[in-house]
Amino acid sequence: MSSPIESRGPWLPIIAVLGIGVALALLLGSEFHLNLLVLVILWMVLALSWNMISGYAALISFGHAVFFGLGAYAIVLLQLKLQLTPWLGLPLAIAIGAAAGALIGVITLRLSGVYFALAMLCYPMALIYLFEYIGLQEVTVPMHRETPLWFMQFESQRAYAFLALGLLAVTLVLSAGIERSRFGVWLRAIKQNEAAASALGIDCFRWKLLALTLSGAVGAAAGALYAEVVLVITPWSVFGVAVSAQALVLTLFGGVGTLWGPVIGAALLVPMSELLKHEFGAILPGINGVIFGVLVIAIVIFAPQGLFWRLREMMGKTAAEDPSPGERPRHAPVRGVVPAALAPRADGREVLLRVRGLRRAFGGVVAVDDASFDVVQGEILGIIGPNGAGKTTLMNLINGFIPPDGGSAELHGTEIIGQPVHRIASIGIGRTFQVARVFPKMTLFGNVAVGAIAGSRDGTWREAAWRAIDLAGLRERAGVLGSEATARDLRLMELARAAALHPKLLLVDECLAGLSTDEVEEMVAALQRLREAGTTIVIIEHTMQAMVRLADRFLVLDHGTVIADGTPREVMHNPIVLEAYLGRRFAEGLTHAAA
Amino acid sequence: MTPDTWNDIAFMLELLAQALVTGIFMGGVYALMSVGLGLIFGLMKVINFAQPDFMMLGMYGAFFCITFVGGMGFAGPFLTPLLAALVAALAVGLFGWLIHRGLMSRVLSESQGGQDAQVMMTLGLSLILQNGALLLFGANPHTIQTPLSSEAWSLDFLFFNKGKALSFGVAIALTVILQLFMTRTRTGKSMRAAADNPEAAVYMGIDVTFVHRLGFAIGIAITAAAGALIANYTPFQPYIGMDFLILMFASVVLGGLGSISGAFWGGMTIGMMQQLSTVFLPIQLQNMVVFVAFLLIVLIRPQGLFGRVSERI
Repeated sequence: MSSPIESRGPWLPIIAVLGIGVALALLLGSEFHLNLLVLVILWMVLALSWNMISGYAALISFGHAVFFGLGAYAIVLLQLKLQLTPWLGLPLAIAIGAAAGALIGVITLRLSGVYFALAMLCYPMALIYLFEYIGLQEVTVPMHRETPLWFMQFESQRAYAFLALGLLAVTLVLSAGIERSRFGVWLRAIKQNEAAASALGIDCFRWKLLALTLSGAVGAAAGALYAEVVLVITPWSVFGVAVSAQALVLTLFGGVGTLWGPVIGAALLVPMSELLKHEFGAILPGINGVIFGVLVIAIVIFAPQGLFWRLREMMGKTAAEDPSPGERPRHAPVRGVVPAALAPRADGREVLLRVRGLRRAFGGVVAVDDASFDVVQGEILGIIGPNGAGKTTLMNLINGFIPPDGGSAELHGTEIIGQPVHRIASIGIGRTFQVARVFPKMTLFGNVAVGAIAGSRDGTWREAAWRAIDLAGLRERAGVLGSEATARDLRLMELARAAALHPKLLLVDECLAGLSTDEVEEMVAALQRLREAGTTIVIIEHTMQAMVRLADRFLVLDHGTVIADGTPREVMHNPIVLEAYLGRRFAEGLTHAAA
Repeated sequence: MTPDTWNDIAFMLELLAQALVTGIFMGGVYALMSVGLGLIFGLMKVINFAQPDFMMLGMYGAFFCITFVGGMGFAGPFLTPLLAALVAALAVGLFGWLIHRGLMSRVLSESQGGQDAQVMMTLGLSLILQNGALLLFGANPHTIQTPLSSEAWSLDFLFFNKGKALSFGVAIALTVILQLFMTRTRTGKSMRAAADNPEAAVYMGIDVTFVHRLGFAIGIAITAAAGALIANYTPFQPYIGMDFLILMFASVVLGGLGSISGAFWGGMTIGMMQQLSTVFLPIQLQNMVVFVAFLLIVLIRPQGLFGRVSERI
């Protein structure tokens, strides 16, 4: 499933990149070229930092200069005011960057899309004016001629190049670690579909916050070293829009969401821009910016996903971003389909989910009104009702997408109302959606794998994912990209993805709508296999023929109220139900005829 | 209270009133440039990073117009800057049309890279415009020399700067004309329809590409006009766009992304906020106030002060 690069691991290419860096640092003769090398590496690190939040988690930041600038000012001010050596100032600057990332995250991660991007732009801009106002328009690293080494001051740029390479090595390993860890899987899932991710038990806020914190730390490290190299900093030179734009452009040029994007982008664009500035800057000021801009536009038109992805595409590799965190089976599976299947089923009528008095109104419309019912271990409960009866709202209340106005719901005695979506999912409630929520850049296998990784604490997720795929009968379509899958594929995938989480209770929202007769049969068979494997299922559906065959019991909703509860046969002959579905006069006629 | 305290209070009130007048004058022009950005965002959902740089082009455009015709003697101190602003707006708007035709229309669909590609395209444009201007016009700041910028009508203790008042008047007039165009003409209506739902608009027989292109050009022209008006009392250089970047976005978000009247009131609010803050805070911090206010607004009311909640989860 995964490409050779992933399976071999990124370590060899990383060593190669660092090797080239070391070779250049040793071979380059002129201070100008060595300085250029240092700049390339530092911008590479800043772009890698940007990629951590904006590439992996797709929260485009227009203000990454905030971390770069804080790192730069921190290391210089510590040295200037407290005579602190940069060797200690650097870790402190990194800590400040991480703290800034966390603080900014807590405030700003509630936003998404355009709002997040623009809000991020505010932080460095506000700091520019603040720093100018408090008299830090220009700060200079003080010279220490007696103890230069203690103050990170070297005669040659070569030493800085090695320092920067050290930082690059740490950053590349960190990025590769993120890409290959569960953390990286969560970020990719969040990026592609946040609602689906949280329904799989992924705490989106927490992981985004961690990504921004790491990103802040790395960005500050780049800024701190930059200050030590250029010696003079101004608010505009380290907090400016140009710095933020640089991080963004280098990564987008090279390719977003992979550590190779920033590496490629910085290695190509920075030398070009700096050399142009050096050669023509005096006669044609701005020529480097113009050519930089032209290149950016060219890449947008000819390789909008960035060079790296374009090259992979040309080499005939799929662009699928399937998860592949390390698999290290340490002990036997703790949770699994098999133990659940052996559990006694329905005989003791053990109540799995107990819902009491659940209520939710939207303005004046009461969507769910005082709903109370039990879901019994091992059964398939069908929820039916006319359009607008409150069925989907009921599901959203149980799985936490919508907070109820009142009422309670207990899963095995644990109150779930008031808990966030991801916690409810990890307590054991999985769900599928009326409109399938897919991770579009992953294959169907990849989609299911996210569920399997979320559902397993050990390294056996791959088998778990395949088991779930077989359960859904999706094996021959497993390699299809999410964005290219058919409605049937997506419905089966959602079922498999939720099943891979090993939920105690699976909420299925209209999984048959719009499918052909054959496809409905496949879906019904998959649901039955799931139940055989021990999963309790609550299903919303309009297709009565299928429902009568599937469900052990029906719950009928109308105008948000539970109006009937019983076996399919009982419910079908209940006059109140007939009235809700067919209108009073028709229902009366039917009951008379029956009598 | 001692007479001294009374004097202090009276002085404070005078300062506030004067700041309010200046705020309204500045706000009107901010409103105009934000309306241009808001129009483009509403139509194409594109964050146009190059918008402030088109504004900068408007400034240079007006400057060169006036230099070309030999200064304010051409049609008097009131009419000359006005005509220059209109000519500059038309020229930059035409340029915007060509940019849309040649570049923007290549990245509008999801398969062409979607939002990432659009952001990057406008960033690339911004780089080219800023540095191109540096190449062509040099780094030295210019101003449009007009006697109006140092003349004022006075009303008791209040001063109404003639240059700012003229710019304000023109800005309001242009906004009203745009609003009438959008609500009263067939083209304007089809533009709003295409903004609301491009697909449905196609089925209604609207040429969505044309309408988008026209909207892009008008949005650029309007922001360029605002630039030309500001140039009457502000020195400018190729990088001036950066100073207005957040200010414009703040106004547009404040008014609710995509709403033209919202962007107008957003711009007015930001202008007044910026000026009033100078009464209480050091003048260097007036832009910081804008950023902090912007942050608070997106955090508390991301649909904007004047916007409606339209997005549902």
